[in-house]
Amino acid sequence: MMVTGQAPGILIEGGFQLGETWLFREISLRMEPGRWTCLLGPSGVGKSTVLRLLAGLSTGGRFTGRLEAEDGSPLDGRIAYMAQADLLPPWLDVLGCVTLGARLRGEPPDLERARRLVGRVGLAEHSHKRPRQLSGGMRQRAALARTLMEDRPVALLDEPFSALDAGTRADMQELAFETLTGRSVLLVTHDPAEAVRLSHRIYLLKADGLHEVAVPAAAPLRAVDADDTLHAQAELLALLRSKAA
Amino acid sequence: MRRVRDIAVTLAIALLGWQLLVLATGVPPFILPGPWRVVVAIFEHRLVIAEQAVVTIAEVMIGLVLGTLFGAATALHLMVSATARRFLLPLLVFSQAVPVFALAPILTLWLGYGLWSKIAMTLLIIYFPVASTFFDGLRRTDPGLLDLARTMGAKPRQVLLRLRVPAALPSLASGLRLAAVYAPIGAVIGEWVGSSQGLGYLMLLASGRAKIDLMFAALVVLALFTVLLHAAIGRLADRLTRATQ
Repeated sequence: MMVTGQAPGILIEGGFQLGETWLFREISLRMEPGRWTCLLGPSGVGKSTVLRLLAGLSTGGRFTGRLEAEDGSPLDGRIAYMAQADLLPPWLDVLGCVTLGARLRGEPPDLERARRLVGRVGLAEHSHKRPRQLSGGMRQRAALARTLMEDRPVALLDEPFSALDAGTRADMQELAFETLTGRSVLLVTHDPAEAVRLSHRIYLLKADGLHEVAVPAAAPLRAVDADDTLHAQAELLALLRSKAA
Repeated sequence: MRRVRDIAVTLAIALLGWQLLVLATGVPPFILPGPWRVVVAIFEHRLVIAEQAVVTIAEVMIGLVLGTLFGAATALHLMVSATARRFLLPLLVFSQAVPVFALAPILTLWLGYGLWSKIAMTLLIIYFPVASTFFDGLRRTDPGLLDLARTMGAKPRQVLLRLRVPAALPSLASGLRLAAVYAPIGAVIGEWVGSSQGLGYLMLLASGRAKIDLMFAALVVLALFTVLLHAAIGRLADRLTRATQ
């Protein structure tokens, strides 16, 4: 898949306060250019906040530190965002949802490209259906097509697969990995299996700070049944459960 | 069809109860005429009633359209302008502390005995429910959708037209349902305070001449119109709601 603009590396260093309380401090996370970086951690620890800071979305708190793309250009306008909720407006059909970005910018949408991407995620026959007529997996595929349609070099994924059943989730992981190749991707998740399967780099965010965790030698997308994948998964789960990482 | 039958059954029971009440209490017809007398009165005075009903219906419909337009425009204005939210919103809420009925004599004084004082009364009575329900809907757009729009570089105007307004249509629909019930009340109050035309005027006239059956005839016709209006607006509201789901 063609990506407009080089996928940049991204660095975020610093701390985040909600009022007087630190949600996290002195973290340092680097997204490598064109790779999948995973941010894993329990709920409420600030994973989504890191992602929202990168996306330039409101966080309700104060960030102090450095947040920059390594190529020196601003991140604004180079990011595609995908959330756990599919965020498909119920009054639009699949094609309308996929071309939402262009319409919201007041530009004429490239319908031909949209149709191609809808076909790529396997929804060609459903392009005129409304979200309520689709299954959860199909809706998330439409959301993926919309993310691809935006064609940004950076993709920020906030637990996009966590509401799906196991089989659909594995399919979606493969499809997303394949289609987002070449982009700098940050995946926020609480699922160790997902992290090990997809990531070039894994960070674990816990109450005591951010830790980088080793990944298996094989390149992602990793086989779910490979020994080192399973082993890394078990280790990651243990780390996630331990009081001090 | 089943609903029509249910309504017919309810209506028949109500009419029967009314007739039985008249028979059992022996109340004289100049206090409470039986349903049959009223039906006869409607038939006997059909020309007068039709003539007056047209006036009232015109007042209600014009008031309804104008009230909806002004109410919806106010909601949109409140949505886009922080200044309006600061200064206009408190004024709007405060204005609800003034009983609208108490304004009827003033409206008659300013706008005269003709149609416009009644239209103004209808407009005033439905303006607030329409404005407040629609504004409420506009404000409660899914925050996730707004986040997505932000990362897409959406224009504020497009966000309003393509996300907020469609998402608020079901709220506007419930405002319209309320408006359909209130609008005839506004028109009739206006007519009672001062007029030379309309069903409200006819009721006062009939009461003054002790033609109680005619008074009830006018009341029944008004009630029938209100029910039909409510049903029609209900269908419109359903369609608005369905279009966004």
